[in-house]
Amino acid sequence: MRFMMFMMPNIPVEGEWMPTAEAMAEMTKYNETLTKAGVLLDLDGLHPQHEGARVEFSKGKSSVIDGPFTEAKEMIGGYWLIQAKSKEEAVEWAKRCPADGCMIEVRQVFEMDEFPPDVQAVAK
Amino acid sequence: MTTANTNRVIDAVWRIESPRLIAGLTRMVRDVGLAEELAQDALVAALEQWPEAGVPDNPGAWLMATAKHKAIDQLRRRTTLERKHEELGHRLETQPETMADLDVAMDDDVGDDLLRLMFVACHPVLSIEARVALTLRLLGGLTTQEIARAFLVREPTIAQRIVRAKRTLAEAHVPFELPPAPERAERLSSVLEVIYLVFNEGYSATTGDDWMRPALCEDALRLARILAGLVPNDAEAHGLVALLEIQASRSYARVGPSGEPVLLLEQDRSRWDQVLVRRGLAALARAEELGGALGPYALQAAIAACHGRARTAAHTDWARIAALYDALAQLAPSPVVDLNRAVALSMVFGPAAGLEIVDALVAEPALATYHLLPSVRGDLLAKLGRADEARAEFKRAASLTRNGRERSLLLERAAACASEPTPPGD
Repeated sequence: MRFMMFMMPNIPVEGEWMPTAEAMAEMTKYNETLTKAGVLLDLDGLHPQHEGARVEFSKGKSSVIDGPFTEAKEMIGGYWLIQAKSKEEAVEWAKRCPADGCMIEVRQVFEMDEFPPDVQAVAK
Repeated sequence: MTTANTNRVIDAVWRIESPRLIAGLTRMVRDVGLAEELAQDALVAALEQWPEAGVPDNPGAWLMATAKHKAIDQLRRRTTLERKHEELGHRLETQPETMADLDVAMDDDVGDDLLRLMFVACHPVLSIEARVALTLRLLGGLTTQEIARAFLVREPTIAQRIVRAKRTLAEAHVPFELPPAPERAERLSSVLEVIYLVFNEGYSATTGDDWMRPALCEDALRLARILAGLVPNDAEAHGLVALLEIQASRSYARVGPSGEPVLLLEQDRSRWDQVLVRRGLAALARAEELGGALGPYALQAAIAACHGRARTAAHTDWARIAALYDALAQLAPSPVVDLNRAVALSMVFGPAAGLEIVDALVAEPALATYHLLPSVRGDLLAKLGRADEARAEFKRAASLTRNGRERSLLLERAAACASEPTPPGD
């Protein structure tokens, strides 16, 4: 099974997030722990939200809003994709992250064989 | 949290922590069997205490401290203490006592200990079945029941296998040490063999099987990645990772909608998992960067990578694959390698070139019941216009395969062979 771990750093919306060398070292060590445990599949960091944009769809039209957006707590800063045998295991890995003051959301990734055959047939 | 929830959490913690726990304990007590017992005792304590007290912040350190205390208790309680046990007890008591100290100590030593444990669990003195069971138990964190389900054998069989394996290791006085340099390649090869076998068992699982079986692929991949992290300068370890990542990438393309196997060249490549393909190519690059000639796993990985890189079957670099099979045939010759080499050569130089090799394999006893041999031969003969012979080969292949759908496909190919025109003068 695979799980996404979304990191929500919970920083001020307009702030520039620049981690201290110490925080970076701790996070690097954590990432190495995931690698050494053979469970890390992928990871990436995202540019701050105020550089991003939102596309909203309504009544057949789309509208674009540039960042920043208001919900700081829910802002995603990055993600890990890990392999785990259960949600509990994924949560245990998330708990080991040096993420003081932050939040990590853990979500299972759909595997192809979870979809019914007709969906699988068209999914590419 | 309900007890049921807590138990699932404990299962997860066990999977994460038990290999390091057992490795650290083995270094302390110098006996894998005893180390595992102590670890299991700590697990029982966790199952008793954590539902009420909650899961500790540092579960690994909690388990280690608990196991250590039990080890000291056990040694003290023995009525006849041999001198070395007294010494051992003394050594244990001078080890770090606080949770923080234990945490640091575990981080420092655990890499080497984990590697030692892998080498011991895969020691050549044990049969391959014993090595597999012991490795999955000690390093994979699987329960005896899970191992039994995964390998379609009875639980007591696995339990016995593990008990006997530990006894064999003790009787052979297998030391808890890294193998000395002259033995290293052979010992590493033994570990790689175990991991590869676990993967293949998972890879051979069919839909409808217990999910523990295809999960073996993930177990094997994880073990391979852990090993590569522990021996970063061993190219073959990276080679194995590469091979497994790329093979695993094809999991969803290998099986058709009705559960029938789909040959590599006919697979829908959009179903190949690109995360795993990328990881496989990266691992192969690490193997190649280490320099020197590629070993058998790295060569197989390089062949898999050729397919992995090709956007469609038509884009396949067959010349490179043929060259890699040449190298593999030199290093790890086998009739199956020769057969694959023949296919690659036929793609580069035409069917006659491939047939030359395949004809020489017809008498090979190892391939006598291997349906892919007549299947490949039939394909090459058909391409050369020798339709009657091709038909016979496809029928023969159909009779050898145990898979119903594959049989149908082969019989279809046989039927599709147009009759050869009768030669003039007949």
